[in-house]
Amino acid sequence: MQRQLANMKQTLFDQGYLDEQFIQLEELQDDANPNFVEEVVTLYYRDSARLIQNIEQALEKSPLDFSKLECLMHQFKGSSSSIGAKRVKSECTQFKEHCRVGNADGCKRTFQQLKKEYATLRKKVEVYFQFARQIGPVEKACRSK
Amino acid sequence: MAVEDIGSGCSSSGDQEFHVLAVDDSIIDRKVIERLLKISLTAVESGSRALQYLGIDGERSSLGFDELKVNLIITDYSMPGMTGYELLKKIKGSTKLRKIPVVIMSSENILARIDRCLEEGAEDFLMKPVQLSDVERLRDFMLRGGEDREVVGCKRKTRDDSCSSSVLSCDRDHPLSPISVSAMAHCKPISKRSRLLATD
Repeated sequence: MQRQLANMKQTLFDQGYLDEQFIQLEELQDDANPNFVEEVVTLYYRDSARLIQNIEQALEKSPLDFSKLECLMHQFKGSSSSIGAKRVKSECTQFKEHCRVGNADGCKRTFQQLKKEYATLRKKVEVYFQFARQIGPVEKACRSK
Repeated sequence: MAVEDIGSGCSSSGDQEFHVLAVDDSIIDRKVIERLLKISLTAVESGSRALQYLGIDGERSSLGFDELKVNLIITDYSMPGMTGYELLKKIKGSTKLRKIPVVIMSSENILARIDRCLEEGAEDFLMKPVQLSDVERLRDFMLRGGEDREVVGCKRKTRDDSCSSSVLSCDRDHPLSPISVSAMAHCKPISKRSRLLATD
């Protein structure tokens, strides 16, 4: 079971969904804070929902307010970076680039891609957490990196 | 007031406990920094809230200065309303607060920004996402006053004749002076620079 969990995590890393920041978060988890990573990730989901909604609304305006969009995306990039959401973060970077050069189509295209990456990440991370919960405290004792 | 007072159970018991004020508009980053520092910490979401907490916003303050117990301020740079740099300037411009060390965090590795903050009196500049190794360095700096008193005392004597107290027992009458802190920060310019320049 443990190996399966480790493999799942390794796959998430190999496929570029997560980076070492996720490991940093896991290292902060201990007996006193056994659900730290899930708590942070839950906060991330809530914050992301807010940002996605705001960005969506901003993208419906005409003409686009690129500086506002860039500011919203900067926040999204920051929180994605804080949990190690590598692919989402990379889409955020691309989006910001489009904002910088005033490319409205680029922004809209990249945003669709970003939402897909975000949805995929959520699904995969949820599966990972569910599996980790099933294994329970034993996993914490021999967590492989 | 959106202030999260985390783990400050014993902060009213006197001058012994080190207390940090963390300022960041991201709720995720506030949670992470609190867990990283593993120390008595108050987290606020903006510069203006920080100034209210510190009692220098001119309108209303949550604590009188006598009760204020902040040994370190760690703040994000990019925040709506007031940036970390503007907050730094306000703190360094206040006679009662300017001796509190301020650390800036940013996700953007912009040398001009870093230099500006350090010139304005920031003790350190950390790249986000903040990692355990950054916190280790901060913790060394926070604890060095207690363990390395002799060394710190010698360094201070070259710049400042008074023997200030250690960081851990930093009380309101003798907070760590910015001169001595800069002396300590200059001990590790290479590691700070190389970490900054190595970031993508």
